[in-house]
This record gives sequence, structure tokens and C-alpha cells, in this order.
Amino acid sequence: MTTPNPEKQPLTALVNREAPLDPAQYEARGGWRGIRRALTMSPDEVIEEVKNSKLRGRGGAGFNTGLKWSFVPKEPAKDRLKYVVANGDEMEPGTFKDRILVEGNPLQLIEGMMITGHAIQADHGIIFLRGEYHLGLERLQKAVIQAREAGWLGKNIQGSGFDFDIHVHPSGGRYICGEETALITALEGRRANPRSKPPFPQVGGLWGAPTVVNNIETFSNVPPILANGNDWYLGLSNCEDGGTKLYGVSGRAKNPGVFELPLGTSLGVILNEYAGGMQDGYKLRAFLPGGASTAFLGAEHENILMDYPSPEKAGSRLGTGLAILLDDRTCPIGMLKNLEHFFAQESCGWCTPCRDGLPWVERLLNVIEDGKGTQEDIDRLHDAARMIGPMGRTFCAHAPGAIAPLSSGLTLFAEDFQRHIRQQRCTFSQGRSAEQAA
Amino acid sequence: MSTADNTAQNAELPSDLVQTFRDMAAHEHHARGASIEALRLVQERFGWISDAHLAQTAQVLGMTPADLDGIATYFNLLFRKPVGKNVIMLCDSVSCWLMGQEQTRDRLCKKLQIKMGETTSDGEFTLLPIVCLGHCDHAPAMLIGKELYGPVRPEDIDAIIDDVRSKNHDHA
Repeated sequence: MTTPNPEKQPLTALVNREAPLDPAQYEARGGWRGIRRALTMSPDEVIEEVKNSKLRGRGGAGFNTGLKWSFVPKEPAKDRLKYVVANGDEMEPGTFKDRILVEGNPLQLIEGMMITGHAIQADHGIIFLRGEYHLGLERLQKAVIQAREAGWLGKNIQGSGFDFDIHVHPSGGRYICGEETALITALEGRRANPRSKPPFPQVGGLWGAPTVVNNIETFSNVPPILANGNDWYLGLSNCEDGGTKLYGVSGRAKNPGVFELPLGTSLGVILNEYAGGMQDGYKLRAFLPGGASTAFLGAEHENILMDYPSPEKAGSRLGTGLAILLDDRTCPIGMLKNLEHFFAQESCGWCTPCRDGLPWVERLLNVIEDGKGTQEDIDRLHDAARMIGPMGRTFCAHAPGAIAPLSSGLTLFAEDFQRHIRQQRCTFSQGRSAEQAA
Repeated sequence: MSTADNTAQNAELPSDLVQTFRDMAAHEHHARGASIEALRLVQERFGWISDAHLAQTAQVLGMTPADLDGIATYFNLLFRKPVGKNVIMLCDSVSCWLMGQEQTRDRLCKKLQIKMGETTSDGEFTLLPIVCLGHCDHAPAMLIGKELYGPVRPEDIDAIIDDVRSKNHDHA
């Protein structure tokens, strides 16, 4: 891979997987310019700048970041407790982008949180990191200490009068912690059940205080926006929303990985030019564009633009932008079974349709994959999808996310479902466990 | 609840940990905000969270043991039963499954002579499934202690396990 260009790849240009930069090295390579400029601006001006950059949240929901910040009440930090929280839960199967940022350049995340702190007038920052990222945790903790020692965190940062400090919280491990209200509940030392909205966290979040929760990739975009301005940031993108995106693929690609490319790059370019195309002997059959909770798109969508509107128009979502590839030699029902097992296991149990419905879906898929299914089982899967899937039947989007691959799979792989019923067996070698296949 | 008989796990929490919990609680808006990190520290020291340690931690944080147990049993990475010296977490999520995770799993079970969720009879290894390790471009992936491995093909298993075993013995 060529050396990333900070003008074109602001997220990864300073990433060093071997040893991340310390505060002085970071400064020498152009770091801290964003917070320096932000501190010469009013909080509202910073929010306006980020809003105009058309940065959309990179955690999956894709809401305009500056707009989200603008919902926070305006009182200064000395009059009102507020929090800036980085969501580094990253437990979505198929998503592996934030790991690179925390392991390779934690100071850019810290700087992004500081700028957000100034914008919403908060002095408390928390980084919520999944507990399995041991190297990331170690490096983040070290980066926080180094930044504090160098006067970039703590009281009166660089003599500016701005106070901001960060605490790193390692998670106990549950997928639902990636949902922003469940993450807040976990930070309060409770079982991480999601909360109904309103109130939205920007008004009533952690301990009831206004709280901005953004994904790690989102925060890492903020320093370059402030350092280089909106026009530059909008110019990075191939579409109407701003910036670059950490894209990636997993599955049977020759060179799976994560690549920083203009927002709006097509999946075909990501797969064929960066991930080396499909492995020999495998063809692309379908893909989940942005992690396990997005709907399948068929191979005919291979050249879809990976921006926010295009996957949506095709019936899916950009999600986290890391596509999972289904090849032509793997059983799609086996893949669905794996996905629904995950969602059933990770349901927090708070809402009945999710808690009871998802294990039921998993059982039905098991029966069909084992060659014991009937047409009625497929009808029941359609019923389950209709009953569990729509937004608003549960507190959070776990259930709708779980149903997205199922509903799309029932349509896209209808013939495979029928063949399993007709032949009373799985006809793929990959798709059943080795014990069953033997 | 675990009924394991283990003297160290029934002993008082060391005073340095208690002090750390008090300091952590003092930095929180409410003391319970420190609960997950406190449980992680107990586990880091003792390998798992015993009833006695749970109850003492709850007391420091001003919580009931049942309340804290509700948290300890909710999270995947907190163990309420003893585990082996090395916890192996094998990713069973979709990207690893697509790349042959089941074959790797079967080889691992055969090598260790245990099923998923069990501990080897010598207490060296506990084998657990884990949700996506974020190492999808190196699938199938697994974590042994703090060490990340991938891609782990079935034929790699013997060497990896033998290597960890010999390191354990060097440190013993």
C-alpha cells in the first residue's frame, strides 16, 4: 500500500500500527491544528463549520454530526455538567475500522473529542472501548496520559482557558452497548438496556446530563475539518456528503482489508481495485453493504456507490461501510443462520419481540438448513420478519437490524430455501458445520 | 452462582483494590458508575469473580450484591465461574464463519479435548465463543489472553496451542 496522503486520506495518513505518534510527533505532522483553530472560534461557529462540512455519523445511522451537536443546551460547562462520549464498541460482525484508528492514531480521536467538547461546552470526555481491544486500550490509555502531560488535556489547555479531560472505559462486552442509549446505561454501571427516546441523549443522557455520543471514526474526522475547512472536506468526497470513509470487505476476497477512500466510492472499485477481487474459484453472489445488520444486496448491485442514499435506494443501508461478501459456494441459509444466532444471542432481552422472536427465527433457520424444513417454516419466517422487523416495536434498532438480512435473504435466496425444502438437505459444502457434513 | 471451592477467592479483597475502587467511585457521578471497571479489575487479579469478591465490591460501591451480580452476569467478558489460565475466545461471527471458522473450531476442540464453553482438565485453557473480534480481514480470528491471532486455519492450531502451553510452563 502506498503512503497515505494527508490531503486525501486525513483519517489514516498519521496512522502507525507499529507505534502511534506521541503528542510532539503528532504536532510535527500537522496534529493539533484543528483544536488550535477551534479555540479561536465560538462554540456556535465550530458547530456551524462541522454542520456545513456535511460530516455524517460513521457509526451506522448517518445523522449530520454538527446538527446533532446543535441540539445540546448552550450553557457553559461551569454551569452545567455535559459529556462527550466516543462510541468504540465496534462489535458489529464484519466491522473492523475503528480498531485501526485507536491502535494507530489515538491522538486524532482525542483531538476530535476536544473540539466537540469546545463546541458543546463540555469538559468531560469518555471513550467507551470494547473490552477485547487490548492493544487499543493500552494505546488509548497511554495517549490520554501523554496528552495530559503535554498540556493537551486537563485544566486550561495550552493556556486557552479551555478545560477538558478524558476517561477511558473498557466495556464488559455486549453488542447492545454500541447502541447509544444502552452505552450510556452501561456507563452508569447498569445492565446495558437501551432507553426509549425522547429524551434524546443530547438533552438527557449520561446521569441525565446532555451527552453527545459519536462513533470513533466520526470524531477522527473532526480535527482535519477544523484544520482545513469545509470546502476542502467537501472536495474529498465523490458525493454530496463530505469526506472520506473507511471502507472494507471481508469474506472470500483475495485481499480483505480496510481502505480510506472518497465517500461515494463504488463497491466494485473497493472490491476489485483495493481488495484484489474475489478469490479464484469464487464468484460474488450477494453482500451485506455495511455490517451484519444491513439488508443483503445481490451481485447485480456490485457497482453501487457506497454513499448514504444509494444503498438505501437499493433497499439496504451504508451502515458502517464495511461489506461482507457472500460467494457462490457458501449456503446463504447457513449464513443467515449464523447471523440470526448472533442477533438472538446478543438481544439484551429488554423487549419481547426481540427476546422471544429472534431465537424462534434461529430455530426455524436451523430446521431448514438441517433439511427438515417445510413450506410452513418459510411462511413463519416471513411472519416473524413482518412482526419483529418494523421500527418502533422495540426500544432500539437491534430487532430491525436483525431482521434486515433475513427479510432481504428470504426474497433474494427464495430458490435456495425452496431447494432445501424439496431436497430435504443443504446442497452446499460450506454452510453446514463440519460434523454435519461428515 | 459458583460453588467452586477456592481459598483465594473467598478471602478478603486486597486493600489496594478496595482503595482503587473508592478512588474510582469518587470520580464518578454516582459510585455505581465504577461497577463494570471494578469487576474487571477483580477478574484481572483473580481470573474470575467469586461470590465473596462480588459481595465486597458491591459494599464498597454502595450496591447490593444482587444488583452487582445482575451486571456481572450480563456482560460476556465478566466470568462468574473459574476459568483456565488462558481463555481462548474464538470468533463465531459471520466473517469468520464464511472463512471456515467451524473447521478451525472443530480442530481446536479436538486438540484441547473439550467442547466450546469448557476448561481443559489441567486448567490451562478455557474455550469460549466470542462476538466479532474486529479482525475480519484476518478471518478466522481468535484471542488467547490478550494475543490476537488470524487467520487461524485448522492446520495452525497444534502449533499455536503447543506454543502457548510451553510459554505457560516457562513462566511457571
